[in-house]
Amino acid sequence: MALYAQPPTSYSDPTTAPIEHRFNPYSDNGGSILAIAGKDFSVIAGDTRQSEGYNIQTRYARKVWQLTDKVVLATNGFSADGNNFVKRVKQRLEWYEHAHHKPMGLKSIARMIQTLLYGKRFFPYYVYNILGGIEEDGSGAVYSFDPVGSYEREACRAAGAAQSLIQPFLDNQVYFKNQQPEPGAAPFVAGNLPLSTILSLVVDSFTSATERHIEVGDGMEIYVVMNKGRTTDDLIGPGILSEGMHVEELGALGEGGGERTFLVTSPLKRD
Amino acid sequence: MVVKAVETPNIGFDFSNHARNQFLGQRLQGTPKATSTGTTIVGVIFGGGDSGEEAGVCLGADTRATGGPIVADKNCEKIHYLTPQIRCCGAGTAADTEFVTNLISSNLELHALSQGRPARIVTAMTMLKQYLFRYQGHVGAHLVLGGVDSTGPHLFTVHAHGSTDKLPYVTMGSGSLAAMAVFESSFKENMTRAEAVALVARAIRSGIFNDLGSGSNVDVAVITKSGTEMLRNYETPNERSNKSRNYKFRRGTTAWTKENVRSLIVSEDVKITTGAGKDQGGFEAKQVPTGAGVGGEEGMDLDS
Repeated sequence: MALYAQPPTSYSDPTTAPIEHRFNPYSDNGGSILAIAGKDFSVIAGDTRQSEGYNIQTRYARKVWQLTDKVVLATNGFSADGNNFVKRVKQRLEWYEHAHHKPMGLKSIARMIQTLLYGKRFFPYYVYNILGGIEEDGSGAVYSFDPVGSYEREACRAAGAAQSLIQPFLDNQVYFKNQQPEPGAAPFVAGNLPLSTILSLVVDSFTSATERHIEVGDGMEIYVVMNKGRTTDDLIGPGILSEGMHVEELGALGEGGGERTFLVTSPLKRD
Repeated sequence: MVVKAVETPNIGFDFSNHARNQFLGQRLQGTPKATSTGTTIVGVIFGGGDSGEEAGVCLGADTRATGGPIVADKNCEKIHYLTPQIRCCGAGTAADTEFVTNLISSNLELHALSQGRPARIVTAMTMLKQYLFRYQGHVGAHLVLGGVDSTGPHLFTVHAHGSTDKLPYVTMGSGSLAAMAVFESSFKENMTRAEAVALVARAIRSGIFNDLGSGSNVDVAVITKSGTEMLRNYETPNERSNKSRNYKFRRGTTAWTKENVRSLIVSEDVKITTGAGKDQGGFEAKQVPTGAGVGGEEGMDLDS
């Protein structure tokens, strides 16, 4: 049965309304990352869930990568781009080491990442990067990037699906935003928190984001990069990490400048 | 020479509404988009046959409510009451499932009163589908309806556009595929009550852990001829762990720009008199300032 005695124009003349089919090369794989810098250490963390829509693609996908003995990179966004970007960064680091017989420094890696990202300005890597590690002068540092290469050194940064949940919490607890010191007491100094406090803040950030964001969960990986000569008593030892958490030291990648990297893992809720 | 238009055969799909829909799509804010239903809800019929148990229906639901990717409620109730022997699980728009089940529950009660006997499941199903069809899917309620009446146990799914299915095991919501995978592998006819509850809980758990739209706890309802048993939070496999830090703020943490303290305690003198028109010694009309703060108009004294 036909509604029209004569077929409508769009029906008889298909060229008047062309149908456009477009391929979308990007997708969003959820998850969240964060990094906090200390005086002589840096903590870089991410969850391990990779999802698309309402489906979990895997409960363990790496988002945080050890680049050198003093640098760790966290990626978030479109995981295919993230993996490929890390691959390119690592290749450039290898070339640098062949050319100069030393690993690239943290701030140089940050600048290189900027050029790498901006190099694809009109077909960007759909990735938010957070770089953490030890600076030339031995201080802990965090650099955060947008997908096309704008970057900044900060004391702390959250990115990804639960950025809007975690960053305000970090602003309050690390930068002491909206907090008034006790009358007569010294004013708060942003950053410079002890490792145990930062570790607790990271764990609580992820357990809380898991509670309220559907794309965060399954597990978390926390990389702790320590400056040479720094004590490890506040990370390794009985009763420091809560139950279910596990810590291991990652061996030196290069000659071994004395900096040490530890990987703390912990399960998260799986629903 | 006149070319005659090729006559279209009247078989297959009818696209006669296409032009109209495209026109409406331009006029309105785009063609209607399907809304996702972040939920896992299921139902099975059990008992009867040679199971040796009375026949009944077991319904199940998760307890996560979402708004986009954010968890709005970690422990909401998705198994709604219709009548003492009929329950209805809801997925889709939370407000729609709540209001449509409330309305039909009310009408079923009136129906039972006027007819002098409990309403049947098909009656509830018909009322739901006719209401939903009238709103052409804009009332976004996707339901699993189950219960026991004088004709035995019944189980239906009702879609937002008004279509219904009658099946021995059903699932709905974004976790329906995860839950149906469990049913398709393990459903048996004439299960015992315990088997049915265990299967329903497993199907919901499958949704909770494999579908991001579903989560938190398992709710179960078991309906037999002898009554309904609501097993709220039958399983709680996702309890929150303790926070590693204490986030209690020191008193005075929040800064302020100005401070204004007002006393809300008002004192006034009360003269005790006896008898109407008795001379009240010592009383004199006193002029009081009005509009001077709380109680000023009433001529009360403010304590400072």
